Amino acid sequence: MIMGVTSGQWFFILQGAGWTLILSLLGFVGGTVVGLPVAVFGTSNSRVLRILTGGYVKLIQGIPLPVVMFICYFGISIAGYDLPALVAAGIAMTLYSSAFLGEIWRGCIEAIPKTQWEASESLALGKIQVLTSVILPQAFRVAIPPTVGFLVQIVKNTSYAVVIGFFDLTYSSRVINNSTFKPFVIFTAAALIYFAMCYPLSVLSYRLERKLKRHSRL
Amino acid sequence: MNYNFDFSFIGQYWPSLLDGLWISAEMSAVALIGGFLLGVMLAVARTQGSPTVRRLATGFVDLTRNTPLIVQTFWLFFGLSALGFLVPAIAAAVVALAVNTSGYTCEIVRAGIDSVHYGQKEAAACLGLSRSQVMRNVVLPQAIEKMYPALISQFVLVMLATSIMSQISVEELTAVGLQIQTRTFRGFEAYLVIAAIYLVMSWLLRVIMNLCYNVAFPRQRHISQARSTFRPGAPAPSDTSIATGARP
Repeated sequence: MIMGVTSGQWFFILQGAGWTLILSLLGFVGGTVVGLPVAVFGTSNSRVLRILTGGYVKLIQGIPLPVVMFICYFGISIAGYDLPALVAAGIAMTLYSSAFLGEIWRGCIEAIPKTQWEASESLALGKIQVLTSVILPQAFRVAIPPTVGFLVQIVKNTSYAVVIGFFDLTYSSRVINNSTFKPFVIFTAAALIYFAMCYPLSVLSYRLERKLKRHSRL
Repeated sequence: MNYNFDFSFIGQYWPSLLDGLWISAEMSAVALIGGFLLGVMLAVARTQGSPTVRRLATGFVDLTRNTPLIVQTFWLFFGLSALGFLVPAIAAAVVALAVNTSGYTCEIVRAGIDSVHYGQKEAAACLGLSRSQVMRNVVLPQAIEKMYPALISQFVLVMLATSIMSQISVEELTAVGLQIQTRTFRGFEAYLVIAAIYLVMSWLLRVIMNLCYNVAFPRQRHISQARSTFRPGAPAPSDTSIATGARP
């Protein structure tokens, strides 16, 4: 017994923390895979592509994540599949983070001076070559600090998966709270675990940003 | 997949949807104003306060920004009831939302305060304004004017975040969706409708905030009007009429 909660119960809470990490990772990987095209198409010359990606971003950013979770959850079940809540939560996190990451990275790509595009075109590089070997490597450097900062949002927002009954840190601590009713102990512990995951990322993002600013001033 | 979409529940449930919408809007409005005021106070404390005050404010902001809203809400709501204070769920929800958003607002406003040129403060001090007068009348208005777009995005996020409060039994819009799901088993359609309502709400909030901007900061309105009539590089309107030989 530590602070009125048995070690088995503490272990249960920690298990939830593990699933929080897994869902965060899933959200980030999915968000990268979908968000990169969103960012690239958002800067394309084609008006249709720009309008489509802009609409996608506005759509996802205008709907609360819990509602996105519900839509994925019920959507999977009416499509006739019986999948664990992790899949629905993973899809919802992918949609959510792809919209925000796409928007962040679009800004980073646009921050690369236009002369870089023109110079590589005059070297007779193809469109994809310009992107992969000239623009994206430079945009990558600019993109790291805000992306690390957004990781904090991903970790924190996985807690919204609790609405569809996904077993994460929030869910497990709520279960233990219901059986022990020690809300201050349990939720302080849960908050501290989240803090331990998020705070290093916040500090890292801040440091990287300062470093980048100093570097670009020189 | 053969699934017949059935939106007929709207006919029966639109009053509860409207009720939920109203509660969501109310919560957002109170949380926005409370969070904004608290955030501005924190920003002033972080930039002007004594070292101890600064450290306290920084710690508070770091704590609120690095823990999820839902855990903060549970902590407050269940914690208060464990202490014997039975507060209504909606009150706990609004306080949690305001505290959560104050951390972000603080960072936005602080960036704005830092971006105000030092000469502005010196000039105001030369005019004999006290430190708090300089802050209230010179620095803060400029800081908020500069940071207004970021604040709008933050406010929209707060409005969307009210949707999680169904978890502590606040009967807002998302909770109504759950109610429809349990009675009609039309969860998917219900949440599509609710998603559409939230989309309209976030668009509406942006429009309203932009109108507020035009009222609160007339200077920016004049500048943007001047920009749209006199585009840099383009000849002034009177010149073009002369050049093309057009007569009024």
